[in-house]
Amino acid sequence: MIDFKTIGYALLGLFIIFNWGMLVSVTLRKMGARVGRRYGVRWFQPWIDLLKNYTLRTKLNHGIMFYLGPVLRLTGGVGLFLFMPLIYGSEHWMNFSFQGDLVLILYFQFFGTLAMALGAGEGGHPYSAIAISRGLAQVTAIEAPLALAVLALAVQYDTLSIKDIVAAQQGGMLHWTMWTNPLATAAAMLAFLGSFGHSPFNLVIAPNEIPLGPPTEYHSAYLGVMRTNGPILHMTEAILFMNLFFGGATGWLELLIKTFLLFLWSAFVGVVFPRFRIEQSVRFFVRIPLLLAVLAMILYM
Amino acid sequence: MLEEKNINRTEEETEEQTGKVLKHCWEDRVVKGPDGQVFIVDPIQDYFSDAEPKAYDPVSNKIVEKFLNWARAESVWVLGFGTGCGGIEIGPLRTPRFDVFRFGIQWRPTPRQSNAFIISGYLSVKTLKRAIRSYEQMPSPKYIMALGSCTINGGTYHDSYNTIKRLDQYLPVDVYVAGCMPRPEALIKGFEKLKELIKEGKAEKANDYINNLKWYKTNQKRVIKDWNMPDYNW
Repeated sequence: MIDFKTIGYALLGLFIIFNWGMLVSVTLRKMGARVGRRYGVRWFQPWIDLLKNYTLRTKLNHGIMFYLGPVLRLTGGVGLFLFMPLIYGSEHWMNFSFQGDLVLILYFQFFGTLAMALGAGEGGHPYSAIAISRGLAQVTAIEAPLALAVLALAVQYDTLSIKDIVAAQQGGMLHWTMWTNPLATAAAMLAFLGSFGHSPFNLVIAPNEIPLGPPTEYHSAYLGVMRTNGPILHMTEAILFMNLFFGGATGWLELLIKTFLLFLWSAFVGVVFPRFRIEQSVRFFVRIPLLLAVLAMILYM
Repeated sequence: MLEEKNINRTEEETEEQTGKVLKHCWEDRVVKGPDGQVFIVDPIQDYFSDAEPKAYDPVSNKIVEKFLNWARAESVWVLGFGTGCGGIEIGPLRTPRFDVFRFGIQWRPTPRQSNAFIISGYLSVKTLKRAIRSYEQMPSPKYIMALGSCTINGGTYHDSYNTIKRLDQYLPVDVYVAGCMPRPEALIKGFEKLKELIKEGKAEKANDYINNLKWYKTNQKRVIKDWNMPDYNW
């Protein structure tokens, strides 16, 4: 039987998360502007940009994979969201989470990047190809400490279900993974910076390195779909980290505050540190975060 | 196909050698496929699409079109392409002093995502070729803002041998900003005017370009001697 109620709540959650993601990202852009002593973009700018991109008149296609690239990327973001429990203890906001969803979610994070690589590759622009090889190198370097940190958690709590990991952290702040497994948390929070793609790890899409990287050829509705995916994917990743390391959320207000603080962590580092070159960032991820994650694994084996 | 004069080469190796190198690039190639089939590849046909461009009608519902025009006006993405000396006047727009981001104007590094093209000063014939390619790759609706007297009547370069004098013979211009050079404040005024035109639905120069493509192409080909690209750059 189709569970229409769960589907309805999942779609409503998706709508909230998308808009919250847009609002938080524009807030962070404004913060960056204020650090540079500018006023910055208006708070509703991302919505107008999105509307404009969807309604541009020219839509050029380079082939089937070019068309499917953004579609699969959005599928990756929405898929990640659909299997993510949002609010602990609520029967409505658990989406479609199940036992073992931790493994699925680790895979889903890679899904969008791979789709993007195939789609942008068909665009034929040489800059896309260079940026894809750089991007995949960086994502691989990020994935190693992140996967190890998450596995350390799975060993610590003896489960592969996000819901159970959240349940194990209830009963006060000192029960959070942040305190019970600080090494894994530190490793994962450094990987988090990389997966958000802010400075210092934003060389792949930096406009003044190789113009825009993989999305060089993407425009109008294709770009619109990719920009729709951005806030959903990043907000869902923030929710994942909140669930794994910071005790989850028992209400919407708690979820909004915690995800905002997680975005802020990325923004703070971003405005302070200049951009890494790709070999520097890969070297960074396979040194400190990977070492921390390996230590966390050894401690809980 | 042949550069008139190449200053990077010595006298002995000019003309003939340059010609050979470039000729090789644009000659038909004979390619053998994996199944043994032999076919001839024309490089221009191979690298570019030769489809005919078409003009786009606005949405027939006036309320919808007005709403879309409002969105287009409030989200103008400018191509980061500085031509001539005016490129130096565009940089300050992003600084705390002028900060045009608050008017919905942002920069994109690729023509595929840009809506507005600022021709910032004189265009040498060599740059005109690049400007045409960039403009034609931009998605419609697209706008051109021309800075300085050089784009209006040649300005300081009125008697130059390799600079175009009137931009609107080669590309359709929506807004002119006069001056030599116009200050960033004048540019902001120009953006204001452009937004006004877009909101009124009068910024349809991209369609004019397509409808009068033959006239524009004749003018462009008159000055660009080494035309080694298709008629329309998709």
